[in-house]
Amino acid sequence: MTAAPSRPVPAMPPAAAAMPALEVERLSFAYGKRPALRDVALRVMPGEFAVLLGPNGAGKSTLFALITRLFDAPAGAAIQIFGAALRREPGRALARLGVVFQQPTLDPDLSVRECLLYHGALHGLPRAEVEAQAARELARIGLADRARERVRNLSGGQRRRAEIARALLTRPALLLLDEPTVGLDAASRGFLLDHVRGLCREEGLAVLWATHLIDEVGEEARVVVLQNGAVRAEGTVPELLAQAGDTATVAEAFARLTAAEQGRAP
Amino acid sequence: MSPAAWLRCLEGIVRREALRFLHQRGRFFSALVRPLVWLAIFAAGFRFVLGVSIGPPYETYVLYEVYIVPGLAGMVLLFQGMQSSLSMVYDREMGSMRVLLTSPLPRWWLLFSRLLAAVLVGTAQVYVFLLIARFWEVEPPAIGYLAVLPALLLAGMMLGALGLLLSSWIRQLENFAGVMNFVIFPMFFASSALYPLWRVREASLPLYWVCQANPFTHAVELIRFALYGQFEPVSFCAVAFALLVFGAFAVLGYDPQRGMLARRAGG
Repeated sequence: MTAAPSRPVPAMPPAAAAMPALEVERLSFAYGKRPALRDVALRVMPGEFAVLLGPNGAGKSTLFALITRLFDAPAGAAIQIFGAALRREPGRALARLGVVFQQPTLDPDLSVRECLLYHGALHGLPRAEVEAQAARELARIGLADRARERVRNLSGGQRRRAEIARALLTRPALLLLDEPTVGLDAASRGFLLDHVRGLCREEGLAVLWATHLIDEVGEEARVVVLQNGAVRAEGTVPELLAQAGDTATVAEAFARLTAAEQGRAP
Repeated sequence: MSPAAWLRCLEGIVRREALRFLHQRGRFFSALVRPLVWLAIFAAGFRFVLGVSIGPPYETYVLYEVYIVPGLAGMVLLFQGMQSSLSMVYDREMGSMRVLLTSPLPRWWLLFSRLLAAVLVGTAQVYVFLLIARFWEVEPPAIGYLAVLPALLLAGMMLGALGLLLSSWIRQLENFAGVMNFVIFPMFFASSALYPLWRVREASLPLYWVCQANPFTHAVELIRFALYGQFEPVSFCAVAFALLVFGAFAVLGYDPQRGMLARRAGG
């Protein structure tokens, strides 16, 4: 497990440290006059499971839209994926990125397998390679027997698993998940969390997992607390607890950190 | 990214579009029924009112059914172009648009591939329609069926690019009824699809010039001449020019730095 970088976040890592999977700096963004993000900085290292924790409307989805380049960040901001600047080398940056969006994005009329093959083609990968990789990812996530089923006929949990298999299809080194467990039952949630945490441990995948559910923060996770478009706190779970003033649980720390900031916020 | 990767991406997008169209029976059916309703009902009623039209590319007296088939072929492309381009930004499809845009390939290529995929599906619809139209004795020469292919592709690209352009710049067109009222109907009726332009000129000179300026008129005329094995240079230039203009502005609209998608996502 890679050590968390020293705080405050914008500090550069020592030269010897591995290259961050994701590095966001000085990121502010507004929809017209309505600010959505304020001077956000965060970093995810390879093999790290980072939780972006924030209530609804904190700016998580905006951050994801900017990292996936749905639209560009303002000129002063920097978003880098394994050293490739999203703005200058979007192809190189996006090639290493896998995404699970908050809203469902599978074609309901296509089969699971067809959806995955389409995704592989979007990334320009050879079909034979994609077929093999699709079979592997679906088997790993327990959907091998549903591969030829139409997406329409899958349960919510199965659709989410299919989306994760699709995101992993291109062998990304950085995986973004935007509220992936919304609407799922406890068993499905647990399964997804275990699966993705396993990928971090075993394959060195870097993960940024956005959620508003505090209980999805595991002991080994690094947490970035986002509120009102700004990073309120950031660190490993023990660091977070200490920062909040020796709280016992993440939930308590979260409540205290965000409450304190809310008092200070304009 | 290698050229092979670009082609695999294009192929994947076309394959998805074709699969979706085949799987959605309702869409397939309505796409086919729409022009047939016009041909079987409208044309039958109006063949006596509108009378005959003799003029190039027709060499003899033609039935009204024969006259409107190219216009209806254009209508199929117009509907397909609008539907497919605009559906990308409707809420239920916004997700698939986002997936498309996470591809590492250049954005203009993704949009072009998406456009071409929709045009190929539209062109297949037109061919099915043309075959059924033979039951109404609309029987262009065999060479026409081949010559019309590039005309359909070019016209379809132009109309699809217009749809993309509208989808990126005009937020008010987020429901299809608006598109019907403000784009599809005016373009279709103020064109040479249903009546020859010399008849329009007799009725109203300003309307005649509106029809002449309407790119859909030229799409229809390009298809009409091609269907009879002839090339219409003026229409070709007009359609190609419109494609360039619409395409360029559509790519600008989807430029991540211009923030169209940001405005949309921000609500």
